Amino acid sequence: MTSETYEPKIIGFLCNWCSYAGADLAGASRLKYPPNLKIIRVPCSGRVSPELVIRTFQEGADGVMVLGCHIGDCHYSTGNHRTARRMPVLKALLAFTGIEPERFLFKWVAASEGGLFAETVQEFTETLRRLPPMQEALEG
Amino acid sequence: MMDAGRHPNITLLTYSEVEEVSGYVGNFTVRIRKRARSVDEEKCTGCGTCEEKCPRRVVDEVFNVGLGKRKAIYRPFAQAVPAIPVIDREHCLYFMKGRCKLCEKFCPTGAIDFDQEDTILEVEVGNIIVATGYDVFDARRISQYGYGRYPDVFTSLEVERMLSGSGPTSGRVVLRDGETEPESIAIIHCVGSRDENYHPYCSKVCCMYSLKLAHLVHGKTGARVYEFYIDMRTGGKAYEEFYKRLQREKTIFINGRPSEILAEDGKLAIYVEDRSLGRQIRVPVDMAILSVGLEPRHDAQEVARLFGISCDADGWFKEKHPKLDPVATLTDGVFIAGCAQGPRDIPDSVAQGAAAAARVLSFIRQGEVEAEAATAVVDEMMCVGCGQCVQTCPYTAIEFLDDRKVAHVVEALCKGCGTCTGTCPSKAVTLRHFTDRQLIAEMRGAMSAMVEMVAV
Repeated sequence: MTSETYEPKIIGFLCNWCSYAGADLAGASRLKYPPNLKIIRVPCSGRVSPELVIRTFQEGADGVMVLGCHIGDCHYSTGNHRTARRMPVLKALLAFTGIEPERFLFKWVAASEGGLFAETVQEFTETLRRLPPMQEALEG
Repeated sequence: MMDAGRHPNITLLTYSEVEEVSGYVGNFTVRIRKRARSVDEEKCTGCGTCEEKCPRRVVDEVFNVGLGKRKAIYRPFAQAVPAIPVIDREHCLYFMKGRCKLCEKFCPTGAIDFDQEDTILEVEVGNIIVATGYDVFDARRISQYGYGRYPDVFTSLEVERMLSGSGPTSGRVVLRDGETEPESIAIIHCVGSRDENYHPYCSKVCCMYSLKLAHLVHGKTGARVYEFYIDMRTGGKAYEEFYKRLQREKTIFINGRPSEILAEDGKLAIYVEDRSLGRQIRVPVDMAILSVGLEPRHDAQEVARLFGISCDADGWFKEKHPKLDPVATLTDGVFIAGCAQGPRDIPDSVAQGAAAAARVLSFIRQGEVEAEAATAVVDEMMCVGCGQCVQTCPYTAIEFLDDRKVAHVVEALCKGCGTCTGTCPSKAVTLRHFTDRQLIAEMRGAMSAMVEMVAV
């Protein structure tokens, strides 16, 4: 696979109540966003452990995103407070593992923010296109 | 209150404190400390002879807000339910100096028991309603209004007691000297409320009670009454009509929040920017009444922790949903009602109390609760007992088993968010239907689908 035909593979962990519904809204509103993202639904962004994100990179994902409810909107009251504390630490430590921190995105997307969801995926895909494929790094 | 006291299915535990709550909906165990009244509740008939005979008079800081006196053996107020008095051991002559016992001598049923001690009760309940009410804002905190410094600055509750026929002044509204009737009165709204320095929220009840006070003090004294307000909030059935009535009664409404009160020429001068005139004015009056706001109970945080519920940014107990579920909390089986949840007036509190009771009754009628299917489960072989999951759980659904030093998920409380699973450093907590294995398999499948997509 040459870098001209390179399409980044993105795995997104989306909370069931806000971001997953936001993605749904983007679809229902016929908004366009790159097909590079595959969504994995989790009950709450607090369910996503840092190990799971690392494991996803290990499996060859070029980018990983964790999307959750805005602070105060969590269906489980404070589940996303944990995400808010955990994910910045993970992002800061990614460089240490040899993975570019830009490959990881963590953001709040509400159920009403279909547009924001589409934009986020668009921007994230653009960012990843500028980076070499993860597969090369894993093999090299 | 009388009805609650008499009801065969209601056990009233007054002068008692909840010390510990364990368990979950349908199976709560509550440990209650019943404080020693020094009066045997079984024997006492509530005749009040002890109160009459007690020689020790104490300033009543609670019900009469410092204006009146009570005895060392007393009931908080005349209509208190149950009508059983309590001995205030800090002021009782027997407890202070070791002799007196007049109450014991005169009690016709021998109910006085100086050796009574606190008792601990353990009760099993299915649901809990927390209705712990509010605290009154301390007007001393706003020093520019001079409460505590100028004798003739009163709080609304003090005037409320003065207006009561059985109150400390027998219903007369007088200045602090106890004799002079005021000829002009200023009522200042929003004391402690709608103020970034104290409480940003509106206390909701003050506008209406200020109007009521204006009506009553004018009726008692014939004084000229000024109301200083930011916005007049008279939403509610027949409330706006009452406001109109006060306007007809020639109450003077001044739109503006007073900046300060100063003692000048034997009067209290209210300095305020009249927003309708657009300029500073000075209003000299004989008496100023501060309409103090409502604030969360001083121990609300501790009470919340005890019952496994939470407080919002202002300190009121947090409801499950502000619009759709205002009496339930995030903890199943624990409900909230009245001002503990936020400032509200009597009709709202009554409605909310009834709503909470109805919610509990529906639980009792059902006889069972719906549990979440996708709950977390702890593998005790893997758990190292760090306790991190106990702290992360938004529902206090994880308990720490002290004997085995492992965490345990109470399935009845678990809502299946998986925050514990994401937190557990030793991977001992698994969220059913969202296990690591399942998510990784899903992620691999997604990845291979994308490889095909890219290849095409």
